[in-house]
Amino acid sequence: MDPTDIARWQFAITTVYHFLFVPITIGLSAIVAGYETAWLRTGHERWLRLTKFFGKLFLINFAIGVVTGIVQEFQFGMNWSDYSRFVGDIFGAPLAVEGLLAFFLESTFLGLWIFGWDRLPAKVHAACIWLVHIGTLFSAYFILAANSWMQHPVGYKYNPKTGRAEMHDFAAVLFNKVQLVTFPHVVLSAYMTGAAFVVGIAFWHATRRATPADDVPMYQRAVRTGAAVLLVAGLGVAISGDTQGKIMTDVQPMKMASAEGLYGTESSADFSLLTIGSLDGSHEKFAIKIPGLLSFLATGHTDGEVKGIDDLRAEYKDTYGQDPGATYYSPGDYTPVIWLTYWTFRIMIGLGLLAAAVAAWILVATRRGRVPQQRLLLWAALALPFMPLFANSFGWIFTEAGRQPWSVFGVMTTAQSVSPGVSTGEVLTSLIVLTLLYGVLAFIEVRLILTYVRRGAEQLQPPTPPDPGSDADRPLAFAY
Amino acid sequence: MELTTVWFTLIAVLWIGYFCLEGFDFGVGMLLPILAKDDTERRVMINTIGPVWDGNEVWLLVAGGATFAAFPEWYATLFSGFYLPLLLILVALIIRGVAFEYRAKHDDVTWRRNWDLAIIVGSFVPAILWGVAFGNILRGVPIDPDLEYTGGFFNLLNPYSLLGGVMTLLLFLTHGAIFISLKTDGPIREAARSLAVRVGVGAAVAAVVFLLWTQIHTGDVASGVAFVLAALALVGGLAAVLVGREGWAFIGTFAAIALGVAGLFLALFPDVMPTSLADGVSLTTSNASATHYTLTIMTVVAVIFTPVVLAYQAWTYWVFRKRIAVEHIPATVGAPSTIPAG
Repeated sequence: MDPTDIARWQFAITTVYHFLFVPITIGLSAIVAGYETAWLRTGHERWLRLTKFFGKLFLINFAIGVVTGIVQEFQFGMNWSDYSRFVGDIFGAPLAVEGLLAFFLESTFLGLWIFGWDRLPAKVHAACIWLVHIGTLFSAYFILAANSWMQHPVGYKYNPKTGRAEMHDFAAVLFNKVQLVTFPHVVLSAYMTGAAFVVGIAFWHATRRATPADDVPMYQRAVRTGAAVLLVAGLGVAISGDTQGKIMTDVQPMKMASAEGLYGTESSADFSLLTIGSLDGSHEKFAIKIPGLLSFLATGHTDGEVKGIDDLRAEYKDTYGQDPGATYYSPGDYTPVIWLTYWTFRIMIGLGLLAAAVAAWILVATRRGRVPQQRLLLWAALALPFMPLFANSFGWIFTEAGRQPWSVFGVMTTAQSVSPGVSTGEVLTSLIVLTLLYGVLAFIEVRLILTYVRRGAEQLQPPTPPDPGSDADRPLAFAY
Repeated sequence: MELTTVWFTLIAVLWIGYFCLEGFDFGVGMLLPILAKDDTERRVMINTIGPVWDGNEVWLLVAGGATFAAFPEWYATLFSGFYLPLLLILVALIIRGVAFEYRAKHDDVTWRRNWDLAIIVGSFVPAILWGVAFGNILRGVPIDPDLEYTGGFFNLLNPYSLLGGVMTLLLFLTHGAIFISLKTDGPIREAARSLAVRVGVGAAVAAVVFLLWTQIHTGDVASGVAFVLAALALVGGLAAVLVGREGWAFIGTFAAIALGVAGLFLALFPDVMPTSLADGVSLTTSNASATHYTLTIMTVVAVIFTPVVLAYQAWTYWVFRKRIAVEHIPATVGAPSTIPAG
């Protein structure tokens, strides 16, 4: 196996894995902060119980998100050193700023939030979780700015003397047009993910027989607040995703042609919901198509022209010369793996739409305090947390695989990015060790989440009466 | 001062912050099986660093990110060159970080034992390997004219660098023991104090030999001054333990680590990663650096936000300033759902 392939597998596995925890962190921190604020405003116990219940699940999730994030920062240098040399001047800056602005904020204020229940005034305590959430947004902004630069490099010049890309406009990097639409798309998807997590779990508690009748209204509120967040965020995801498709058609036309497997240029191009047959365009056995939809997604008009893969391939060859990456993984020059881009694009959209539909159904079914009992709805609610979660994964696989063979679009190929001095054995060791470790952690994490989900929102204990003499001997409100 | 020098200094400051802060929480993790007699005492120890260890670790992430941005060639050569040690450090930091959060989440003896082991191993491995890594950076490693490291793994295991690993190990153990004595009460505080002195003597010996070796090999006047001050701070810190002044003792080991690391960076400057090959090329602050434009942007960001970060991190230590003793550890595992007093 080629070290580039192994390094790509490691990047894919570790990044998709890391990004299972990230959107839950972003979305759930906002929802938990909302619940704590609701408790402060209303003084009603149920909000505090929800804060603590989902707060615990948040922390179990956050722990793995943090530690797998360290790998993300290290592996650029470890496996992709030529990439790091080439782009460090531009790509490194948002990464460093992310650390300084976001990671310190998240980790410090989360520590205060976890351990500070009895040490901080209630308002300050709630402010801590809001600051954690703001930290996650900063983090998302800077890392997405770095990724958007890879999708659409701007604000730099190639310096032939040093052989490196050099930044001359940081604002252009931060406000890249790809970034301006990617950030809302990703963050709103994260809100969908966090909300789906809350809705699925709370719905199960609200409808199961073992739940004390007094607790049902509390879970109902969690279900309805979560479903409302999911729907509103889902609308935003659809709008931003639509805009993103049009921008992508402009900056990376091959990615959008590959999303449909469109080989010949067409005006009024159809969008197929699914295709059975071969995606190399030679024979199509069966397809369900919506006329003109691809043209609409790509250009905003049902009769807009969408360039096909074959024409784009010729165009790219004229612009960039022979594709040096094509020899080792892609059957055609400058063409991503079509079956991968085709299916991941559909599954992403499909799962997102399905999640929104389930959330709408739940909102209708639970109106005016109703407790729905349909089996199908229960199954849909239980599946709900996985829908946006995996939609995120498929979306990223589409975005990253669709950019291939480039690591920095039009500037540097993935094959040129890999560390020349690292041996196949080393990369393979790293891939195997991290994959096994991540597998074990996933097993432990899921079991722990399920245990705490089953336990439900615990009853509140009145605080131990303060010792009139001193409070020195009172146990900590929270301890590891 | 040139911007490349400014960023060399800032990266030194980030590593100083990292070693001074995570140094003691590595120490606490390593001392878990030595200082604690039972589960409650282990929990006392873990809870002294519970609210802060993650923030301490961010210093490493920012040091890494800042190196990537300010000296891309350094980041690329270092991270691809020291591949396997960094992989080990990653695995250690992963299991250790998860262990702190998960250990208390399930009331089962085997579960806790396993996570204790993860904390102990996850603290030992980086405590040693960071010293080995810095030893190798100072000593010089094979870097060819393409700026690629060509030395392989076993080249990293040489007496000087291994001594560096022993030094960081013993220093972090001492620093951790003093932190425990400062943050706890009861028998564990006494045990930590007496252990700090015994390990501290070993740390002082290792540090003096390693720093002297460094000074002879690559030192200049400035690094020599820093090393002497570091040694004095360490001796002062240990003396403060003996007379029961734990706060001063902690300041002593904190300053010793800070001055020691500062001296190492002074000895390194203006190289950032010297080559050991006759026909190789050393990475320096000028040939490894990012452009003036990027460094300017980063300087503005750092000047504005570093004081803010320092302020809120210091505030955290203030909020959690109280000593923890066995009687403060709640009987229940995890978070008891009490109604907050506020």
